[in-house]
Amino acid sequence: MVEATPQNGYADGGVEPAKVRREIILEARDISVAFGTHQVLEHLDLDIWRGEILGFVGASGAGKSVLLRTILKLSARQAGTIRILGLDYDKATPEQRMSLDMRLGVLFQQGALFSSLTVLENIQVPMREYLDLPKKLMDELALLKIELVGLRPESADLYPDELSGGMIKRAALARALALDPDLVFLDEPTSGLDPISAAEFDELIAKLRDTLGLTVYMVTHDLDSLFSVCDRIAVLGGRKIAVQGTIEDMLASDEPWVRSYFHGKRARSLVRTK
Amino acid sequence: MSLPPHQESQTEVNAAAEPISVDAFITPEIDVLDSNGQTHLSLSGDWQLRCITRIDSAMRALEVSIKGEHVTIDLGKVRQFDTSGALVVERLRDALEQRKIGVDYQSITADRTTLLEAVSGARHADYSDDDGTSPVPSLADRIFAPVGRLAYAFWDNFIAILFILGSVVRGTQLKRNRSSGISAAAIFSQMDHMGVRAVPIIALMSFLIGGIIAQQGAFQLRTFGAELFVVDLVGILQLREIGVLLTAIMIAGRSGSAITAEIGSMKMREEVDALKVMGLNPVGVLVFPRLVALVIMLPLLTVIANFAALFGACLTTWTYSNITPDTFLARLREAIDLSTLASGMIKAPFMALIIGIVSSVEGLKVSGSAESLGRRVTSSVVKSIFVVILVDGLFAIFYGAIDF
Repeated sequence: MVEATPQNGYADGGVEPAKVRREIILEARDISVAFGTHQVLEHLDLDIWRGEILGFVGASGAGKSVLLRTILKLSARQAGTIRILGLDYDKATPEQRMSLDMRLGVLFQQGALFSSLTVLENIQVPMREYLDLPKKLMDELALLKIELVGLRPESADLYPDELSGGMIKRAALARALALDPDLVFLDEPTSGLDPISAAEFDELIAKLRDTLGLTVYMVTHDLDSLFSVCDRIAVLGGRKIAVQGTIEDMLASDEPWVRSYFHGKRARSLVRTK
Repeated sequence: MSLPPHQESQTEVNAAAEPISVDAFITPEIDVLDSNGQTHLSLSGDWQLRCITRIDSAMRALEVSIKGEHVTIDLGKVRQFDTSGALVVERLRDALEQRKIGVDYQSITADRTTLLEAVSGARHADYSDDDGTSPVPSLADRIFAPVGRLAYAFWDNFIAILFILGSVVRGTQLKRNRSSGISAAAIFSQMDHMGVRAVPIIALMSFLIGGIIAQQGAFQLRTFGAELFVVDLVGILQLREIGVLLTAIMIAGRSGSAITAEIGSMKMREEVDALKVMGLNPVGVLVFPRLVALVIMLPLLTVIANFAALFGACLTTWTYSNITPDTFLARLREAIDLSTLASGMIKAPFMALIIGIVSSVEGLKVSGSAESLGRRVTSSVVKSIFVVILVDGLFAIFYGAIDF
């Protein structure tokens, strides 16, 4: 079912067949989350493979953010196990948890940049927290990240309230990439951006995936992103993953919500151009 | 019996956890091979962020120490390689090429080439160079610039206070001709928050203050055999000064900070702008109900404070000096008259206005950052307490002048 292969693994030179090389980077099994009597997620299973960009869609209120927050340990779950990079967070030692935290990056929907720090200092927060780097090297690294995400070096000294919406997203992405994580979570990265910036952002994510070997978990409603950069799409519906697969699988699906989503007026023009 | 499976599962956990254990990295190293103008750099180990410090200075040193015409960088033995590794390698290449030394890579995989290209494409600003030292300001600048800034801030503050006062008098200013858009519900809810819920703490505080003043007064006056006059002391002091002053200070700390924080966070989240766009005057909608509630509640709280303090004083004098409540009341009736009570109560609405306006002005000055919110709340409380005490002093001078 899953056809898309990562264009770039970390190593291996691509001699072995793609199937063997595929490594599960995030494995969620039997996740159930309820708030009081309101069951949000029930027996949900989800796998993410190394090197892929997974687009995650679902109706508003279906529990996309709840799942993201559950995976990130920001909210509690009633049942289920989550293994990231082969490690169950609940059973990990503090050292393992720390090194796991270092290998995840998160871009929150509103950016969540620290408002009293400049962009450069924001990017250096995780570096200061986890590593003991000399100041000069840290500046060089943070500046490299700023330029990698397509910001101008002058914006390094700006405060978050002086940035535009697109710049906030880029700066937040730079912070998420500060420690060269293996797995990056993006919560609606292109929402609130104009179509051109959104397309640039999509390209940026694809480019970073290819250069840095990232794995991307992207919650999005942007059909353009789903069509252009996502290797695989998972649809959340009925408290679990209703459908997952490539864009072709989505277009062929009979699930009513998926049909209306991918065959709606806005999607049809994209299908035609594709 | 259950031991073998248990052991098995434990080893499985360890095996799964191994790829991300903390210190499982190979220290990055460089081997330098120099042969007649050709330098061969052989890199090995993990070139990634958590161990890059170990190689950073060595790579910087190579920037100047390498001689010759050509350098080959061999990445064949490098195990892990991320952006920080790429940065360090690219930095060396840049520095060498500036010295007209040719550089090429050897045994490099396609993905590493992509990464190095991306890094060299992104690296065109040298950060450490462009934050040059700004010229040191002259002595006159250093003396007069802050003074001037302070004067302007003072003036702006004054204008902002007048603006809010004016807006409040003018009312909520709805766009269409509904002249009174004042919401009674908002005012009552604020009265509940700022007034009714403050009653216990105000009463307790004043009870203690009354008792303390009575005890100290009685102790000092005992030496002169004028212990009964402690009733005059407590009555006049509490009703004229202490009652309203301490209530105002407590309310400035309790409600002034809340007003600043509420309005300030609404300002941060552009809610204030949303009100403006909808044709509502934010001062009318946000400040007016709070100000009205304060002006009504502060005098009432002062009354409660006065009662509590006199009750505390009465109990203290009874137990400490054997002045019975009857005697206390009789003496009190002689010591105070309406003017004593009025001179204190007149001040209460003014104090309420000061607290409300100062904290609203500070709230509206909040800008985007969380830090500025904190600074504004602090300065709101400090300023309103200071101005309350200052105005109390002015009232004392005024009363003295008109012999009230």
